[in-house]
Amino acid sequence: MTSLRSKIIPVLTLLAGLVVLWYAFAVYMNAPFQRDLDRRAGEAPGIVEFIGKTLSQPKPTVPAPHQVATNFFENTFLRNVTSNRSLVYHAWVTLSSTLLGFAFGTVLGIVIAVGIVHVTTLDRSLMPWIITSQTIPILAVAPMIIVVLAAVGITGIVPKALISTYLSFFPVAVGMVKGLRSPEKMHLDLMRTYNSSKTQTFWKLRVPASVPYLFTSMQVAVAASLVGAIVGELPTGATAGIGAKLLLGSYYSQTIDMWSALVAGSVVAALLVTIVGLVGQAVQRSMGGRPA
Amino acid sequence: MIGNTQTVVQANGLGLTFRTNDGPVVALTDVDLTIKKGEFVSFIGPSGCGKTTFLRVIADLEQPTSGTISINGMTPEQARHARAYGYVFQAAALYPWRTIDRNIALPLEIIGLSKAEQQERIKRTMDLVELSGFEHKYPWQLSGGMQQRASIARALAFDADLLLMDEPFGALDEIVRDHLNQQLLKLWARTQKTICFVTHSIPEAVYLSTRIVVMSPRPGRVTDVIESTLPHERPLDIRETPEFLEIAARVRDGLRAGHSYDD
Repeated sequence: MTSLRSKIIPVLTLLAGLVVLWYAFAVYMNAPFQRDLDRRAGEAPGIVEFIGKTLSQPKPTVPAPHQVATNFFENTFLRNVTSNRSLVYHAWVTLSSTLLGFAFGTVLGIVIAVGIVHVTTLDRSLMPWIITSQTIPILAVAPMIIVVLAAVGITGIVPKALISTYLSFFPVAVGMVKGLRSPEKMHLDLMRTYNSSKTQTFWKLRVPASVPYLFTSMQVAVAASLVGAIVGELPTGATAGIGAKLLLGSYYSQTIDMWSALVAGSVVAALLVTIVGLVGQAVQRSMGGRPA
Repeated sequence: MIGNTQTVVQANGLGLTFRTNDGPVVALTDVDLTIKKGEFVSFIGPSGCGKTTFLRVIADLEQPTSGTISINGMTPEQARHARAYGYVFQAAALYPWRTIDRNIALPLEIIGLSKAEQQERIKRTMDLVELSGFEHKYPWQLSGGMQQRASIARALAFDADLLLMDEPFGALDEIVRDHLNQQLLKLWARTQKTICFVTHSIPEAVYLSTRIVVMSPRPGRVTDVIESTLPHERPLDIRETPEFLEIAARVRDGLRAGHSYDD
């Protein structure tokens, strides 16, 4: 009950406020076109009728919330999931490459972090390059990756996944470097008094100590992976996926479709971040974490 | 301790100077000390007197810059490789993701003992520190005193003959500290270990030790070594006897002398 009061009600209140603003904005943005239409048709509708019309255009500048909601509902729940009109289908296409890229990125990030923590040369040389890699705009890199890989015969899910990897390894690497270095001096001294080997210290101290850092950075990484997968769909002329849906929508000015694809993307992102968070909580509870 | 003359720790002209950005800091200078098997030696002095540093030198956690030190006839590094000592830190330093029994098992896993041997030692040491029944609790579920007892059990499970304790009860309240002091003496009598104990409490040092090493800061050095005349059997109220108070007064004098030197 307290969580209802303290969390759900404030969130819903804010949401309601946003929906009201959205409606106002939709009326304001769609009004010029509607006025144009009415003038050509020689109509002079009343204010209520006029507002109603601005909120039910087939290709509005800004779709009204209920238009997006209807479109989203129809394309999510009323379509066969194998049909290319189904948002579930498109979300799955994007999700599969997101997950593959996220898995690659997490592994790569951990490997890099272990290298940085254990090899002095890597510690000095690698970090600047890793940071530089993230300053290059992904929109510029994505087409190159896809074209180059296609030239060597790699197509399909892997090139898209690699763009996700490119975005997701970074938070994991940075988080894990911090996590693997998080043990206090006293805990390290303790291992030293046991004459423990580097490998033992790694598995028995550094790895368990880094777990909270791993899950926090994985939450960031999974969201970045999704962005990577969507961006990866844009230059490929992909016919499926949330990115493809966004691109097609913009070609044909199907703004409602675009917005509902956007909503689908947000829902997937929220689900992914939540799932990683829940797995993290479960793992930490099994490691004796004090319940919050 | 009749006939027990085996030397455990032997320091000659030991010195340690830390290089810092503000120039060298002399942590220890010219320390000569011999600790025999079965002794309970306390190191007492104000902060910065090098008592913890000396313990860390024995444990090969710091490297001396002059003089020599040997542990059981070996260098500190050899002694560490031979796992010659158990170390108890100021804080319990338990791993929060391990239950108490798994924490005690940690050094045993590292040595590579069999599961059965681990179980046997966990049970024995948890009984020794009176923590039986708390095997499957996580550290945060225990009080500070119990956590520190668990960390002593962990050091005991290691089963080295030398126990190095760095202000193990410093963060605990007086009632808990009294209780743990009593337990520690019993434990020492039962296990016949050699104990080096760092403290800044005069009553604690006098109550526990067979010998008290008084140290003073800037530069860290030994100013007095006091042999205790107290009997081995020490109930808590021994602290009100004239004998006890006399030793305590001598320790206090030693500490004051060290300070006036500085001002």
